[in-house]
Amino acid sequence: MSFLKINNLSVDYQMRKETVYAAKNINIEVNKGEILGLVGESGSGKSTVGNAIINLIDEPGKVSGGSVILGDLNIHKNSESLVNYRGNKIGLIFQDPQTSLNPILTVGEQLIETIQTHLQLSKEEAKNKSINLLKEVGIKDAEKRFNNYPHQFSGGMRQRVVISLALCCEPELLIADEPTTALDVSIQSQILELIKRLTKERNLAVILITHDMGVIAETTDRVAVMKSGDLVEIGITKEILTNPQKNYTKSLVSSVPPTNKKISRFVIIENENKNDKPNNIKILNRWQKREIKTQDLVQVKNLDKSFDDNFFTENSKNSIMAVNDVSFEIKEGETFGLVGESGSGKSTIAKMIVNLFKPSSGDIYFDKVCITKIKQKSELMKFRKQIQMIFQDPYSSLNGRLKVKDIIAEPIKLHNPLISNSDLNRYIFDLLESVELIQKSADRYPHEFSGGQRQRISIARALATQPRLLVCDEPTSALDVSIQAQILNLLKDLQEQLNLTILFISHDLPVVRQMCDRIGVLKDGKLCEVTNTEDLFLKPQNEYTKELLRLMPKIESIYN
Amino acid sequence: MIKYFFKRLFQSALVMLVVAFVSFSLFNFVGDPINNMVGEETSDEERAELRDTLGLMDPIHVQFTRFVINASKGEFGISYQLRRPVSELIVERLPATIELVVISALIALISGTLLGVYTGINRKGFLSDVILAVSLLGVSLPTFVIGILFIYLFAVILGILPSFGRGEVVDLGFWTTGFLTISGLKAIILPSVTLSLFQMTYIIRLVRAEMMEILQTDYIKFARARGIDEKSIKYKHALKNGLIPVITIAGINIGTLIAFSIITETVFQWPGMGFLFIQAVQFVDIPIMSAYLVFIAFVFVMINFIVDILYYFIDPRIRVKGDVASG
Repeated sequence: MSFLKINNLSVDYQMRKETVYAAKNINIEVNKGEILGLVGESGSGKSTVGNAIINLIDEPGKVSGGSVILGDLNIHKNSESLVNYRGNKIGLIFQDPQTSLNPILTVGEQLIETIQTHLQLSKEEAKNKSINLLKEVGIKDAEKRFNNYPHQFSGGMRQRVVISLALCCEPELLIADEPTTALDVSIQSQILELIKRLTKERNLAVILITHDMGVIAETTDRVAVMKSGDLVEIGITKEILTNPQKNYTKSLVSSVPPTNKKISRFVIIENENKNDKPNNIKILNRWQKREIKTQDLVQVKNLDKSFDDNFFTENSKNSIMAVNDVSFEIKEGETFGLVGESGSGKSTIAKMIVNLFKPSSGDIYFDKVCITKIKQKSELMKFRKQIQMIFQDPYSSLNGRLKVKDIIAEPIKLHNPLISNSDLNRYIFDLLESVELIQKSADRYPHEFSGGQRQRISIARALATQPRLLVCDEPTSALDVSIQAQILNLLKDLQEQLNLTILFISHDLPVVRQMCDRIGVLKDGKLCEVTNTEDLFLKPQNEYTKELLRLMPKIESIYN
Repeated sequence: MIKYFFKRLFQSALVMLVVAFVSFSLFNFVGDPINNMVGEETSDEERAELRDTLGLMDPIHVQFTRFVINASKGEFGISYQLRRPVSELIVERLPATIELVVISALIALISGTLLGVYTGINRKGFLSDVILAVSLLGVSLPTFVIGILFIYLFAVILGILPSFGRGEVVDLGFWTTGFLTISGLKAIILPSVTLSLFQMTYIIRLVRAEMMEILQTDYIKFARARGIDEKSIKYKHALKNGLIPVITIAGINIGTLIAFSIITETVFQWPGMGFLFIQAVQFVDIPIMSAYLVFIAFVFVMINFIVDILYYFIDPRIRVKGDVASG
């Protein structure tokens, strides 16, 4: 007899003209003491199912059919008695610990209020219980931390506080919606350990919603795969990951970058995108292809950057050394990876190389010219043309009020004002086709495209000036794995055909392994280790690198 | 904290200095001050002598320093029109304006917040629509039109409220107040409501937008998921967060109310500073104008300073930033 039974659950969104279903006929059972993984890409309805269980679907969505039965309680039948299950039978953890706590109430106030809502305890008893809980989730100095505000905790600690809040009234079911997605690897593994430990100690039933196959492989007992509102497959995690039955699951598993070996291209088994051969790069005939000389294209020497408050502004980044004495070289034609956790200074370095930030001290040489010392704007433009950047968030990095063709035309016209209109149009079409978009895309606006397609537009825009160096700052971390695989394949093809040099910045070690020739590991603004990719993964020298490699979730761990 | 405090204080002082310079320039470079002071029949020698005794021949920076020192003591010279020290005039008129502004600010804040919360929570109700529609009138009609409408309705047709003046006032020595007499209280109703309408609309819309946004945030969703009572979610969790920006706006608004009161005071013949200023403009009474300028700037700067310090206590996030900055 399972503890949680979801029978034929459907969730609809009533739009003006049509009804869209976010989840349809979902059947899932969860037992006590087990962790069920719910995996799927964005828009698959996995969070909808999580929210439906606790009856927290936002307007205009509603549960249109089926039932959720928890023990002997039918959740949607007696929806007026929310207090009967929210908080005391079911606990919910959200993705982002930065936003799930009320910023102006202390952690203690939030805990006490929750406890007193459900349990008949005095304030003093509630306080003692809270402090014990904080200790249980691994917060040191709990008596003092009890009176702290959420922002005084680091990301990982905050997620612990969130977990303690979700568990404070001893629920029997815990729903964790992407609980570690916003966290660094080292914190992620701690939080997952904590969830595993609590599951065992408290005999909880846990639903872990995530898009990360590595997390699924390492944490869950059983897994359910969802795709656009439908349940594709459900079963024992090991069986699903090693021997998937459905095509979708197969493609999902094969898109995950392996952590234990380097592959040349990602296998894409999607029904629609079957032609998996290197694409036809149309801009090649315009490209002034440079011979690759074995030389350093970029040299970074003793780079420092600190963010100081000036008199009239308070800087959100406090005055610490964001980048501290960093030196490395990027050879022409290679992909150089910079990895590190959040706050390690990797994006700051990227912004200094493309000259968006001025370094506090140190120099950057591009093709043997020191670009940090250039004063004249026209001189600098020559280099801006050769260095282009692709940003992390494809939603905010394209101007939503311009058509795609204007977005791409802008850099072309800036560097080549005399280009004729017909030539410009042909060039834009070539660029679009080179990134596997159809010519018609030129007349559309960015919001008409998906995240992956937008990232392709960003790439086309970056290629428009025929750069020699492409700086990619987490280019795929906002994308689903299958899309990520496509974009990474595209970048590899482009690099090969156009002799591009790439600076690839990421926190995702498996991705970096697939993309880069050499890697630099950053920690707190300092470079720990620079070495060839395979050396780094096979015999890391630095302690911190070893730690990172040990902690990264590995999909392969399922084989052991 | 101490660094945060002094930084803010220093910034405020800098702003005051700039305003003082503008006001000083007005005094010295708009027309000839001597011409404004003396009669037609004064001879050139007398003029030159006066110029000398008033220190108008000194270098600019000496004059400016003197202006700042005098201003900090509250001395702005003598009104051309009324032949009395400006500081005396201001002290005399100040209570009327302050009372008007305080009452308007209270009306705007209290009713603005209440209505804002109501419309923010009951987004689709009929009453919300009515409140929003009516409040829109508050911004779209100019203050003087509303003032005249009020006078017409309540003073002329209904005859229940006075149409001008402060009513009977009680002199407390340092302050004259209208709060202690029935006619004084009656007199303040129309002008203060008129003055508050614009700000009230502003606050309603701000609070409403804040409430709506906050009710969508993750921490409200998380609080719901924990089973916290809806009342507590709305009035404790959401409202407290929603009021933070209101404090900033309210601070700036009190300054704006003082500045706006010029029109309201003129419509209702309210014997405050704004009325004084309008009269000064008509007579090119530069000492009063420059004093008024400095005074308004001073009010704005002080209010902003106080709001910044208040913020420090209300929003724990700023507290930490300040602490880090000082350590």
